[in-house]
Amino acid sequence: MNHLFEFLLRQGDNALVLGHRMSEWCGHGPALEEDIALANTALDLIGQTRLWLELAGDVEGKGRDADALAYLRDAYDFRNLLLLEVPNKDFGHSILRQFLFDAFQVPWLTELSQSDDERVAQIAAKSHKEALYHLDRSAETVIALGDGTQQSNQRMQIALDYLWPYSGEAFADDETDVAMQEQGIAPLPSDIKEIWHDRVNAVLEKAQLQQPASDFAHKGGRNGACHTEHLGHMLATMQILQRSYPDAVW
Amino acid sequence: MYAQMIKSEATEDDPQRLAEFQARIDAGEKIEPKDWMPEGYRKTLIRQIGQHAHSEIVGQLPEGNWITRAPTLERKTNLLAKVQDEAGHGLYLYCAAETLGVSRDEMTEMLLDGRMKYSSIFNYPTLTWADMGAVGWLVDGAAIMNQVPLQRTSYGPYARSMVRICKEESFHQRQGFHIMMAMVKGTEAQKRMAQDALNRMWFPALMMFGPSDKDSVHSSQSMAWKIKMNTNDELRQKFVDETKPQADYLGLTIPDENLKWNEETGHYDYTEPDWNEFFEVIKGNGPCNADRIEARQKAWNEGAWVRDAMMAHAEKKRGAKANGAAQ
Repeated sequence: MNHLFEFLLRQGDNALVLGHRMSEWCGHGPALEEDIALANTALDLIGQTRLWLELAGDVEGKGRDADALAYLRDAYDFRNLLLLEVPNKDFGHSILRQFLFDAFQVPWLTELSQSDDERVAQIAAKSHKEALYHLDRSAETVIALGDGTQQSNQRMQIALDYLWPYSGEAFADDETDVAMQEQGIAPLPSDIKEIWHDRVNAVLEKAQLQQPASDFAHKGGRNGACHTEHLGHMLATMQILQRSYPDAVW
Repeated sequence: MYAQMIKSEATEDDPQRLAEFQARIDAGEKIEPKDWMPEGYRKTLIRQIGQHAHSEIVGQLPEGNWITRAPTLERKTNLLAKVQDEAGHGLYLYCAAETLGVSRDEMTEMLLDGRMKYSSIFNYPTLTWADMGAVGWLVDGAAIMNQVPLQRTSYGPYARSMVRICKEESFHQRQGFHIMMAMVKGTEAQKRMAQDALNRMWFPALMMFGPSDKDSVHSSQSMAWKIKMNTNDELRQKFVDETKPQADYLGLTIPDENLKWNEETGHYDYTEPDWNEFFEVIKGNGPCNADRIEARQKAWNEGAWVRDAMMAHAEKKRGAKANGAAQ
Protein backbone atom coordinates (compact mmCIF):
# COMPACT_ATOMS: atom_id res chain seq x y z
CA MET A 1 0.00 0.00 0.00
CA ASN A 2 1.19 3.52 -0.83
CA HIS A 3 0.66 5.06 2.59
CA LEU A 4 1.50 8.59 1.55
CA PHE A 5 -1.12 8.41 -1.20
CA GLU A 6 -3.68 7.09 1.31
CA PHE A 7 -2.79 9.84 3.73
CA LEU A 8 -3.16 12.55 1.08
CA LEU A 9 -6.51 11.16 -0.03
CA ARG A 10 -7.72 11.42 3.54
CA GLN A 11 -6.80 15.09 3.68
CA GLY A 12 -8.23 15.85 0.25
CA ASP A 13 -11.41 13.83 0.65
CA ASN A 14 -12.20 15.41 4.01
CA ALA A 15 -12.01 18.83 2.40
CA LEU A 16 -13.89 17.74 -0.72
CA VAL A 17 -16.78 16.04 1.02
CA LEU A 18 -17.28 18.72 3.67
CA GLY A 19 -16.85 21.46 1.06
CA HIS A 20 -19.56 19.83 -1.02
CA ARG A 21 -21.94 19.59 1.93
CA MET A 22 -21.36 23.24 2.81
CA SER A 23 -21.86 24.27 -0.82
CA GLU A 24 -25.34 22.74 -0.66
CA TRP A 25 -26.33 25.66 1.57
CA CYS A 26 -25.61 28.30 -1.04
CA GLY A 27 -28.83 30.24 -1.63
CA HIS A 28 -30.64 28.50 1.23
CA GLY A 29 -28.99 29.87 4.38
CA PRO A 30 -30.95 31.17 7.37
CA ALA A 31 -29.76 34.76 6.81
CA LEU A 32 -27.87 36.48 4.04
CA GLU A 33 -24.73 36.90 6.13
CA GLU A 34 -24.75 33.20 7.01
CA ASP A 35 -25.29 32.26 3.38
CA ILE A 36 -22.19 34.23 2.42
CA ALA A 37 -20.14 32.81 5.29
CA LEU A 38 -21.13 29.21 4.50
CA ALA A 39 -20.12 29.72 0.88
CA ASN A 40 -16.79 31.13 2.06
CA THR A 41 -16.12 28.03 4.12
CA ALA A 42 -17.05 25.81 1.20
CA LEU A 43 -14.77 27.78 -1.12
CA ASP A 44 -11.83 27.43 1.26
CA LEU A 45 -12.41 23.70 1.55
CA ILE A 46 -12.69 23.17 -2.20
CA GLY A 47 -9.49 25.17 -2.60
CA GLN A 48 -7.77 22.89 -0.09
CA THR A 49 -9.16 19.86 -1.92
CA ARG A 50 -7.47 20.91 -5.12
CA LEU A 51 -4.08 21.16 -3.40
CA TRP A 52 -4.27 17.87 -1.52
CA LEU A 53 -5.67 15.83 -4.39
CA GLU A 54 -3.28 17.31 -6.92
CA LEU A 55 -0.42 16.20 -4.68
CA ALA A 56 -2.06 12.81 -4.14
CA GLY A 57 -2.21 12.34 -7.92
CA ASP A 58 1.48 13.25 -8.24
CA VAL A 59 2.46 10.87 -5.47
CA GLU A 60 0.41 8.06 -6.99
CA GLY A 61 2.15 8.63 -10.32
CA LYS A 62 -0.58 7.22 -12.53
CA GLY A 63 -1.46 10.46 -14.28
CA ARG A 64 -4.56 11.23 -12.24
CA ASP A 65 -5.10 14.88 -11.40
CA ALA A 66 -7.31 16.38 -8.69
CA ASP A 67 -10.39 16.29 -10.93
CA ALA A 68 -9.87 12.64 -11.86
CA LEU A 69 -9.61 11.77 -8.18
CA ALA A 70 -12.64 13.84 -7.21
CA TYR A 71 -14.92 12.86 -10.05
CA LEU A 72 -13.92 9.38 -11.12
CA ARG A 73 -13.62 7.36 -7.94
CA ASP A 74 -16.50 5.44 -6.42
CA ALA A 75 -17.50 5.57 -2.75
CA TYR A 76 -15.28 2.67 -1.63
CA ASP A 77 -12.21 4.60 -2.81
CA PHE A 78 -13.06 7.68 -0.76
CA ARG A 79 -11.11 8.23 2.44
CA ASN A 80 -13.04 10.97 4.23
CA LEU A 81 -14.40 10.80 7.76
CA LEU A 82 -17.98 9.57 7.97
CA LEU A 83 -18.79 12.68 10.01
CA LEU A 84 -18.32 14.82 6.92
CA GLU A 85 -20.58 12.89 4.56
CA VAL A 86 -23.74 12.68 6.66
CA PRO A 87 -26.45 15.04 5.37
CA ASN A 88 -26.88 18.64 6.49
CA LYS A 89 -30.31 18.03 8.07
CA ASP A 90 -30.57 21.56 9.47
CA PHE A 91 -28.28 24.52 10.04
CA GLY A 92 -27.55 23.32 13.57
CA HIS A 93 -26.21 19.99 12.32
CA SER A 94 -24.09 21.69 9.68
CA ILE A 95 -22.48 24.22 11.95
CA LEU A 96 -21.91 21.74 14.76
CA ARG A 97 -20.32 19.26 12.35
CA GLN A 98 -18.16 22.09 11.04
CA PHE A 99 -17.10 22.91 14.60
CA LEU A 100 -16.24 19.30 15.50
CA PHE A 101 -14.11 19.13 12.37
CA ASP A 102 -12.52 22.57 12.77
CA ALA A 103 -11.56 21.71 16.34
CA PHE A 104 -9.69 18.74 14.88
CA GLN A 105 -8.23 20.54 11.89
CA VAL A 106 -6.62 23.41 13.77
CA PRO A 107 -4.25 21.29 15.93
CA TRP A 108 -3.87 18.73 13.14
CA LEU A 109 -2.80 21.27 10.55
CA THR A 110 -0.57 22.96 13.10
CA GLU A 111 1.32 19.68 13.35
CA LEU A 112 1.25 19.01 9.60
CA SER A 113 2.72 22.41 8.85
CA GLN A 114 5.86 21.08 10.62
CA SER A 115 5.91 17.98 8.39
CA ASP A 116 9.23 16.68 7.06
CA ASP A 117 7.53 16.54 3.67
CA GLU A 118 7.84 20.10 2.37
CA ARG A 119 4.79 19.78 0.10
CA VAL A 120 2.59 18.59 2.95
CA ALA A 121 3.90 21.35 5.20
CA GLN A 122 3.08 24.03 2.63
CA ILE A 123 -0.49 22.93 2.00
CA ALA A 124 -1.05 22.51 5.73
CA ALA A 125 0.27 25.99 6.51
CA LYS A 126 -2.08 27.58 3.98
CA SER A 127 -5.04 25.51 5.14
CA HIS A 128 -4.28 26.22 8.77
CA LYS A 129 -4.91 29.95 8.33
CA GLU A 130 -8.34 29.17 6.94
CA ALA A 131 -9.10 26.55 9.60
CA LEU A 132 -8.37 29.10 12.33
CA TYR A 133 -11.10 31.46 11.27
CA HIS A 134 -13.45 28.61 10.45
CA LEU A 135 -13.03 27.47 14.04
CA ASP A 136 -13.58 30.96 15.44
CA ARG A 137 -16.80 31.26 13.54
CA SER A 138 -18.16 27.76 14.04
CA ALA A 139 -17.37 27.78 17.78
CA GLU A 140 -19.03 31.17 18.22
CA THR A 141 -22.10 30.06 16.31
CA VAL A 142 -22.41 26.80 18.26
CA ILE A 143 -22.26 28.79 21.49
CA ALA A 144 -24.83 31.29 20.26
CA LEU A 145 -27.26 28.61 19.13
CA GLY A 146 -26.79 26.48 22.23
CA ASP A 147 -27.31 29.51 24.46
CA GLY A 148 -29.93 31.33 22.37
CA THR A 149 -33.44 29.98 22.96
CA GLN A 150 -34.93 26.83 24.42
CA GLN A 151 -35.77 25.65 20.92
CA SER A 152 -32.30 26.32 19.56
CA ASN A 153 -30.72 24.56 22.54
CA GLN A 154 -32.89 21.50 21.91
CA ARG A 155 -32.05 21.47 18.24
CA MET A 156 -28.34 21.70 18.95
CA GLN A 157 -28.56 18.89 21.48
CA ILE A 158 -30.29 16.69 18.89
CA ALA A 159 -27.55 17.53 16.42
CA LEU A 160 -24.85 16.75 18.96
CA ASP A 161 -26.42 13.40 19.89
CA TYR A 162 -26.55 12.47 16.20
CA LEU A 163 -23.04 13.64 15.29
CA TRP A 164 -21.15 12.55 18.39
CA PRO A 165 -20.74 8.87 17.43
CA TYR A 166 -19.17 10.07 14.17
CA SER A 167 -16.61 12.27 15.91
CA GLY A 168 -14.31 9.55 17.24
CA GLU A 169 -13.24 8.12 13.90
CA ALA A 170 -10.72 10.90 13.37
CA PHE A 171 -8.54 9.52 16.19
CA ALA A 172 -8.57 5.82 15.27
CA ASP A 173 -4.93 5.31 14.28
CA ASP A 174 -4.14 2.63 11.72
CA GLU A 175 -1.14 1.38 9.78
CA THR A 176 -1.14 4.38 7.44
CA ASP A 177 -0.96 6.70 10.43
CA VAL A 178 1.89 4.70 11.90
CA ALA A 179 3.74 4.81 8.59
CA MET A 180 3.25 8.60 8.37
CA GLN A 181 4.53 9.03 11.87
CA GLU A 182 7.59 6.89 11.18
CA GLN A 183 8.38 8.93 8.08
CA GLY A 184 8.04 12.22 9.95
CA ILE A 185 5.16 13.30 7.74
CA ALA A 186 2.40 13.49 10.34
CA PRO A 187 1.78 12.76 14.01
CA LEU A 188 -0.63 10.07 15.08
CA PRO A 189 -4.18 11.47 15.07
CA SER A 190 -4.64 10.07 18.58
CA ASP A 191 -1.87 12.45 19.72
CA ILE A 192 -4.17 15.42 19.29
CA LYS A 193 -7.26 13.85 20.78
CA GLU A 194 -6.79 15.54 24.12
CA ILE A 195 -6.42 19.00 22.61
CA TRP A 196 -9.54 18.37 20.58
CA HIS A 197 -11.43 17.13 23.59
CA ASP A 198 -10.52 20.10 25.74
CA ARG A 199 -11.55 22.56 23.08
CA VAL A 200 -14.80 20.78 22.31
CA ASN A 201 -15.68 20.50 25.99
CA ALA A 202 -15.07 24.17 26.60
CA VAL A 203 -17.36 25.18 23.74
CA LEU A 204 -20.09 22.67 24.58
CA GLU A 205 -20.10 23.91 28.12
CA LYS A 206 -20.53 27.53 27.06
CA ALA A 207 -23.23 26.37 24.68
CA GLN A 208 -24.97 24.53 27.52
CA LEU A 209 -24.95 21.27 25.59
CA GLN A 210 -24.52 17.85 27.21
CA GLN A 211 -21.72 15.79 25.77
CA PRO A 212 -23.09 12.28 25.15
CA ALA A 213 -21.74 9.73 27.62
CA SER A 214 -20.91 7.01 25.11
CA ASP A 215 -17.60 7.13 23.33
CA PHE A 216 -18.73 4.65 20.70
CA ALA A 217 -17.35 5.64 17.30
CA HIS A 218 -18.62 4.68 13.84
CA LYS A 219 -15.68 3.84 11.62
CA GLY A 220 -15.04 2.95 8.01
CA GLY A 221 -14.71 6.29 6.25
CA ARG A 222 -11.02 7.10 6.55
CA ASN A 223 -10.02 3.60 5.47
CA GLY A 224 -12.89 3.21 2.99
CA ALA A 225 -14.07 -0.03 4.57
CA CYS A 226 -17.67 1.04 5.05
CA HIS A 227 -19.04 4.48 4.18
CA THR A 228 -22.58 5.59 5.01
CA GLU A 229 -25.32 5.29 2.41
CA HIS A 230 -25.20 9.05 2.04
CA LEU A 231 -21.86 9.24 0.24
CA GLY A 232 -23.13 7.38 -2.83
CA HIS A 233 -25.90 9.92 -3.32
CA MET A 234 -23.51 12.79 -2.93
CA LEU A 235 -21.18 11.29 -5.54
CA ALA A 236 -24.07 10.53 -7.90
CA THR A 237 -24.81 14.25 -7.90
CA MET A 238 -21.24 15.51 -7.86
CA GLN A 239 -19.94 13.20 -10.56
CA ILE A 240 -22.86 13.15 -12.97
CA LEU A 241 -21.31 15.19 -15.77
CA GLN A 242 -17.90 13.53 -15.66
CA ARG A 243 -19.55 10.11 -15.62
CA SER A 244 -22.18 10.84 -18.28
CA TYR A 245 -19.83 12.54 -20.75
CA PRO A 246 -16.46 10.84 -20.32
CA ASP A 247 -14.98 12.46 -23.45
CA ALA A 248 -15.94 16.01 -22.61
CA VAL A 249 -13.62 18.79 -21.49
CA TRP A 250 -15.47 21.37 -19.42
CA MET B 1 -31.12 45.16 -14.29
CA TYR B 2 -33.05 43.23 -12.28
CA ALA B 3 -35.80 45.81 -12.01
CA GLN B 4 -38.65 45.68 -14.49
CA MET B 5 -41.87 47.64 -14.78
CA ILE B 6 -41.25 49.80 -11.76
CA LYS B 7 -44.38 51.81 -11.14
CA SER B 8 -43.56 55.44 -10.43
CA GLU B 9 -45.40 56.79 -7.45
CA ALA B 10 -47.33 60.00 -7.84
CA THR B 11 -46.04 62.70 -5.61
CA GLU B 12 -48.02 65.43 -3.85
CA ASP B 13 -45.35 67.64 -2.46
CA ASP B 14 -44.96 71.39 -2.35
CA PRO B 15 -44.30 72.54 -5.95
CA GLN B 16 -41.51 74.87 -4.85
CA ARG B 17 -39.60 72.08 -3.07
CA LEU B 18 -40.24 69.73 -5.98
CA ALA B 19 -38.75 72.25 -8.39
CA GLU B 20 -35.68 72.70 -6.19
CA PHE B 21 -35.29 68.94 -5.93
CA GLN B 22 -35.54 68.55 -9.70
CA ALA B 23 -32.97 71.30 -10.16
CA ARG B 24 -30.50 69.41 -7.96
CA ILE B 25 -31.01 66.29 -10.03
CA ASP B 26 -30.69 68.20 -13.29
CA ALA B 27 -27.43 69.67 -12.03
CA GLY B 28 -26.14 66.11 -11.52
CA GLU B 29 -26.08 66.27 -7.72
CA LYS B 30 -26.47 63.08 -5.73
CA ILE B 31 -29.39 62.79 -3.36
CA GLU B 32 -28.30 61.40 0.01
CA PRO B 33 -30.41 59.63 2.67
CA LYS B 34 -30.84 62.66 4.94
CA ASP B 35 -31.75 65.06 2.13
CA TRP B 36 -35.33 66.08 1.54
CA MET B 37 -36.92 64.02 -1.24
CA PRO B 38 -40.41 63.75 -2.67
CA GLU B 39 -42.42 60.87 -1.23
CA GLY B 40 -42.91 59.48 -4.75
CA TYR B 41 -39.15 59.43 -5.35
CA ARG B 42 -38.58 57.57 -2.09
CA LYS B 43 -41.31 55.01 -2.71
CA THR B 44 -40.32 54.40 -6.32
CA LEU B 45 -36.72 53.88 -5.30
CA ILE B 46 -37.68 51.44 -2.55
CA ARG B 47 -39.64 49.46 -5.09
CA GLN B 48 -36.81 49.53 -7.62
CA ILE B 49 -33.90 48.81 -5.28
CA GLY B 50 -35.99 46.21 -3.44
CA GLN B 51 -36.83 44.44 -6.66
CA HIS B 52 -33.21 44.57 -7.67
CA ALA B 53 -32.13 43.10 -4.32
CA HIS B 54 -34.76 40.36 -4.47
CA SER B 55 -33.59 39.48 -7.97
CA GLU B 56 -30.08 38.93 -6.68
CA ILE B 57 -31.36 36.63 -3.95
CA VAL B 58 -33.83 34.67 -6.06
CA GLY B 59 -31.19 34.74 -8.79
CA GLN B 60 -28.98 32.58 -6.58
CA LEU B 61 -31.36 29.68 -7.12
CA PRO B 62 -31.12 28.88 -10.85
CA GLU B 63 -27.32 28.87 -10.71
CA GLY B 64 -27.22 27.33 -7.27
CA ASN B 65 -29.04 24.47 -8.95
CA TRP B 66 -25.72 23.43 -10.55
CA ILE B 67 -23.19 24.05 -7.76
CA THR B 68 -23.34 20.46 -6.57
CA ARG B 69 -23.09 19.17 -10.15
CA ALA B 70 -20.34 21.43 -11.51
CA PRO B 71 -18.08 19.28 -13.68
CA THR B 72 -14.63 20.21 -12.30
CA LEU B 73 -13.27 21.58 -9.06
CA GLU B 74 -12.35 24.83 -10.77
CA ARG B 75 -15.82 25.27 -12.28
CA LYS B 76 -17.37 24.47 -8.94
CA THR B 77 -15.22 27.10 -7.24
CA ASN B 78 -16.06 29.73 -9.84
CA LEU B 79 -19.77 29.04 -9.76
CA LEU B 80 -19.94 28.98 -5.99
CA ALA B 81 -18.02 32.25 -5.80
CA LYS B 82 -20.35 33.77 -8.37
CA VAL B 83 -23.52 32.78 -6.53
CA GLN B 84 -21.94 34.04 -3.33
CA ASP B 85 -21.29 37.39 -5.04
CA GLU B 86 -25.00 37.56 -5.83
CA ALA B 87 -25.82 37.18 -2.15
CA GLY B 88 -23.34 40.01 -1.53
CA HIS B 89 -25.07 42.19 -4.15
CA GLY B 90 -28.37 41.49 -2.43
CA LEU B 91 -26.83 42.60 0.83
CA TYR B 92 -25.53 45.96 -0.52
CA LEU B 93 -28.83 46.64 -2.21
CA TYR B 94 -30.91 45.87 0.87
CA CYS B 95 -28.60 48.22 2.78
CA ALA B 96 -29.12 50.91 0.13
CA ALA B 97 -32.89 50.44 0.41
CA GLU B 98 -32.70 50.58 4.20
CA THR B 99 -31.40 54.14 3.93
CA LEU B 100 -34.86 54.98 2.55
CA GLY B 101 -36.60 53.74 5.69
CA VAL B 102 -37.57 50.15 4.97
CA SER B 103 -35.93 47.21 6.72
CA ARG B 104 -34.52 44.13 5.05
CA ASP B 105 -36.94 41.94 6.98
CA GLU B 106 -39.91 44.01 5.78
CA MET B 107 -38.73 43.73 2.19
CA THR B 108 -38.18 40.00 2.57
CA GLU B 109 -41.71 39.55 3.89
CA MET B 110 -43.00 41.46 0.88
CA LEU B 111 -41.07 39.22 -1.49
CA LEU B 112 -42.33 36.09 0.20
CA ASP B 113 -45.98 37.11 0.19
CA GLY B 114 -45.87 38.37 -3.39
CA ARG B 115 -46.18 42.12 -2.75
CA MET B 116 -42.74 42.71 -4.24
CA LYS B 117 -41.40 41.19 -7.45
CA TYR B 118 -38.08 40.04 -8.82
CA SER B 119 -36.85 39.82 -12.40
CA SER B 120 -38.83 37.55 -14.72
CA ILE B 121 -35.62 35.86 -15.92
CA PHE B 122 -35.18 33.85 -12.74
CA ASN B 123 -38.44 32.03 -13.33
CA TYR B 124 -36.85 30.03 -16.11
CA PRO B 125 -35.13 26.72 -15.34
CA THR B 126 -31.44 25.83 -15.69
CA LEU B 127 -31.45 22.42 -17.34
CA THR B 128 -27.88 21.67 -18.40
CA TRP B 129 -24.38 22.83 -17.54
CA ALA B 130 -24.46 25.05 -20.64
CA ASP B 131 -27.09 27.12 -18.86
CA MET B 132 -24.36 28.22 -16.45
CA GLY B 133 -22.58 29.63 -19.47
CA ALA B 134 -25.71 31.14 -20.99
CA VAL B 135 -26.82 32.75 -17.74
CA GLY B 136 -23.44 34.41 -17.27
CA TRP B 137 -23.14 35.45 -20.89
CA LEU B 138 -26.72 36.62 -21.52
CA VAL B 139 -28.32 37.32 -18.17
CA ASP B 140 -25.33 39.02 -16.58
CA GLY B 141 -24.68 40.64 -19.96
CA ALA B 142 -28.18 42.12 -19.98
CA ALA B 143 -27.85 43.14 -16.35
CA ILE B 144 -24.66 45.07 -17.11
CA MET B 145 -26.37 47.01 -19.91
CA ASN B 146 -28.79 48.36 -17.36
CA GLN B 147 -26.51 48.70 -14.39
CA VAL B 148 -23.61 50.55 -15.94
CA PRO B 149 -25.77 53.67 -16.52
CA LEU B 150 -27.24 53.23 -13.03
CA GLN B 151 -23.81 54.03 -11.59
CA ARG B 152 -24.84 57.61 -12.45
CA THR B 153 -28.29 57.35 -10.92
CA SER B 154 -29.38 60.26 -8.72
CA TYR B 155 -29.63 58.41 -5.41
CA GLY B 156 -26.14 58.23 -3.87
CA PRO B 157 -26.30 54.89 -2.01
CA TYR B 158 -27.82 53.16 -5.05
CA ALA B 159 -25.25 54.63 -7.43
CA ARG B 160 -22.37 53.59 -5.19
CA SER B 161 -23.63 50.04 -4.75
CA MET B 162 -23.86 49.82 -8.54
CA VAL B 163 -20.19 50.67 -8.98
CA ARG B 164 -19.11 47.63 -7.03
CA ILE B 165 -21.80 45.37 -8.46
CA CYS B 166 -20.89 46.26 -12.04
CA LYS B 167 -17.27 45.26 -11.53
CA GLU B 168 -18.31 41.84 -10.34
CA GLU B 169 -21.01 41.42 -12.97
CA SER B 170 -18.61 41.99 -15.84
CA PHE B 171 -16.34 39.35 -14.35
CA HIS B 172 -19.32 36.98 -14.18
CA GLN B 173 -20.20 37.69 -17.76
CA ARG B 174 -16.71 36.80 -18.96
CA GLN B 175 -16.82 33.65 -16.86
CA GLY B 176 -20.11 32.68 -18.51
CA PHE B 177 -18.70 33.34 -21.94
CA HIS B 178 -15.72 31.11 -21.17
CA ILE B 179 -18.04 28.28 -20.19
CA MET B 180 -19.80 28.73 -23.53
CA MET B 181 -16.46 28.69 -25.36
CA ALA B 182 -15.51 25.40 -23.74
CA MET B 183 -18.90 23.97 -24.67
CA VAL B 184 -18.78 24.96 -28.34
CA LYS B 185 -15.24 23.63 -28.67
CA GLY B 186 -16.27 20.37 -27.05
CA THR B 187 -18.10 17.22 -28.05
CA GLU B 188 -21.28 17.08 -30.12
CA ALA B 189 -23.28 16.68 -26.94
CA GLN B 190 -21.71 19.83 -25.48
CA LYS B 191 -22.39 21.83 -28.62
CA ARG B 192 -25.96 20.69 -28.53
CA MET B 193 -26.28 21.78 -24.90
CA ALA B 194 -24.84 25.18 -25.77
CA GLN B 195 -27.26 25.77 -28.65
CA ASP B 196 -30.18 24.51 -26.59
CA ALA B 197 -29.29 26.89 -23.77
CA LEU B 198 -29.21 29.84 -26.17
CA ASN B 199 -32.52 28.75 -27.70
CA ARG B 200 -34.21 28.74 -24.31
CA MET B 201 -32.54 31.83 -22.82
CA TRP B 202 -32.61 34.28 -25.73
CA PHE B 203 -36.12 35.63 -25.51
CA PRO B 204 -36.29 35.54 -21.71
CA ALA B 205 -33.04 37.58 -21.74
CA LEU B 206 -34.64 40.17 -24.06
CA MET B 207 -37.59 40.38 -21.66
CA MET B 208 -35.25 41.45 -18.88
CA PHE B 209 -35.31 45.01 -20.23
CA GLY B 210 -39.04 45.25 -19.59
CA PRO B 211 -41.93 45.93 -21.97
CA SER B 212 -41.59 47.83 -25.20
CA ASP B 213 -41.36 51.62 -24.77
CA LYS B 214 -44.80 52.11 -26.28
CA ASP B 215 -46.26 50.02 -23.44
CA SER B 216 -43.96 51.25 -20.72
CA VAL B 217 -46.18 53.64 -18.80
CA HIS B 218 -43.98 54.44 -15.84
CA SER B 219 -40.80 55.58 -17.48
CA SER B 220 -40.99 59.35 -17.82
CA GLN B 221 -41.09 60.33 -14.13
CA SER B 222 -38.34 57.84 -13.30
CA MET B 223 -36.21 59.18 -16.12
CA ALA B 224 -36.71 62.77 -14.97
CA TRP B 225 -35.59 61.71 -11.49
CA LYS B 226 -32.62 59.84 -12.98
CA ILE B 227 -33.71 56.61 -11.37
CA LYS B 228 -34.01 55.15 -14.81
CA MET B 229 -31.35 56.25 -17.25
CA ASN B 230 -32.36 54.74 -20.60
CA THR B 231 -35.55 53.44 -22.13
CA ASN B 232 -36.23 49.72 -22.26
CA ASP B 233 -35.97 49.57 -26.04
CA GLU B 234 -32.69 51.51 -26.15
CA LEU B 235 -31.08 49.02 -23.81
CA ARG B 236 -32.60 46.01 -25.52
CA GLN B 237 -31.26 47.21 -28.88
CA LYS B 238 -27.80 47.75 -27.41
CA PHE B 239 -27.89 44.23 -25.99
CA VAL B 240 -28.89 42.68 -29.32
CA ASP B 241 -26.21 44.68 -31.15
CA GLU B 242 -23.49 43.53 -28.78
CA THR B 243 -24.61 39.94 -28.40
CA LYS B 244 -25.08 38.98 -32.05
CA PRO B 245 -21.34 39.14 -32.92
CA GLN B 246 -20.57 37.17 -29.75
CA ALA B 247 -22.98 34.43 -30.82
CA ASP B 248 -21.32 34.40 -34.24
CA TYR B 249 -17.92 34.07 -32.61
CA LEU B 250 -19.20 31.07 -30.65
CA GLY B 251 -20.70 29.56 -33.78
CA LEU B 252 -24.16 29.54 -32.20
CA THR B 253 -27.40 30.59 -33.87
CA ILE B 254 -29.68 33.09 -32.17
CA PRO B 255 -33.19 31.63 -32.47
CA ASP B 256 -34.61 34.55 -34.47
CA GLU B 257 -34.97 34.38 -38.27
CA ASN B 258 -35.57 38.11 -38.45
CA LEU B 259 -32.30 39.01 -36.79
CA LYS B 260 -30.51 41.00 -39.53
CA TRP B 261 -28.18 43.95 -39.78
CA ASN B 262 -30.04 47.07 -40.89
CA GLU B 263 -27.75 49.46 -42.81
CA GLU B 264 -30.16 52.35 -42.44
CA THR B 265 -30.55 52.25 -38.68
CA GLY B 266 -27.07 50.97 -38.00
CA HIS B 267 -28.57 48.34 -35.69
CA TYR B 268 -29.79 44.79 -35.89
CA ASP B 269 -33.48 44.24 -36.54
CA TYR B 270 -34.89 41.56 -34.28
CA THR B 271 -38.12 39.93 -33.21
CA GLU B 272 -39.60 41.17 -29.97
CA PRO B 273 -40.20 38.57 -27.31
CA ASP B 274 -43.67 37.20 -26.75
CA TRP B 275 -45.05 39.81 -24.38
CA ASN B 276 -47.99 37.62 -23.43
CA GLU B 277 -45.52 35.12 -22.06
CA PHE B 278 -43.73 37.93 -20.23
CA PHE B 279 -46.91 39.14 -18.52
CA GLU B 280 -47.83 35.57 -17.57
CA VAL B 281 -44.42 35.14 -15.93
CA ILE B 282 -44.83 38.43 -14.08
CA LYS B 283 -48.25 37.24 -12.88
CA GLY B 284 -46.68 34.12 -11.44
CA ASN B 285 -47.16 31.67 -14.29
CA GLY B 286 -43.55 31.18 -15.37
CA PRO B 287 -42.07 27.69 -15.34
CA CYS B 288 -40.37 28.17 -11.96
CA ASN B 289 -42.26 30.95 -10.10
CA ALA B 290 -43.83 28.61 -7.57
CA ASP B 291 -40.61 26.68 -6.96
CA ARG B 292 -38.50 29.82 -6.56
CA ILE B 293 -40.78 31.39 -3.98
CA GLU B 294 -41.19 28.10 -2.17
CA ALA B 295 -37.39 27.75 -1.93
CA ARG B 296 -37.09 31.26 -0.48
CA GLN B 297 -39.96 30.68 1.95
CA LYS B 298 -38.40 27.42 3.07
CA ALA B 299 -35.01 29.06 3.70
CA TRP B 300 -36.69 31.90 5.60
CA ASN B 301 -38.99 29.71 7.69
CA GLU B 302 -36.40 27.06 8.47
CA GLY B 303 -33.89 29.76 9.35
CA ALA B 304 -36.23 31.46 11.83
CA TRP B 305 -34.98 29.50 14.84
CA VAL B 306 -31.38 30.38 13.96
CA ARG B 307 -32.11 34.10 13.61
CA ASP B 308 -34.15 34.08 16.84
CA ALA B 309 -31.40 32.27 18.72
CA MET B 310 -28.70 34.64 17.46
CA MET B 311 -30.76 37.64 18.58
CA ALA B 312 -31.51 36.07 21.95
CA HIS B 313 -27.85 35.24 22.51
CA ALA B 314 -26.79 38.77 21.57
CA GLU B 315 -29.41 40.18 23.99
CA LYS B 316 -28.11 37.99 26.81
CA LYS B 317 -24.56 39.09 26.13
CA ARG B 318 -25.59 42.74 26.16
CA GLY B 319 -27.48 42.14 29.39
CA ALA B 320 -24.49 40.47 31.02
CA LYS B 321 -22.24 43.32 29.93
CA ALA B 322 -24.63 45.94 31.30
CA ASN B 323 -24.87 44.03 34.59
CA GLY B 324 -21.13 43.75 34.79
CA ALA B 325 -20.79 47.49 34.21
CA ALA B 326 -23.43 48.27 36.86
CA GLN B 327 -21.70 46.24 39.52
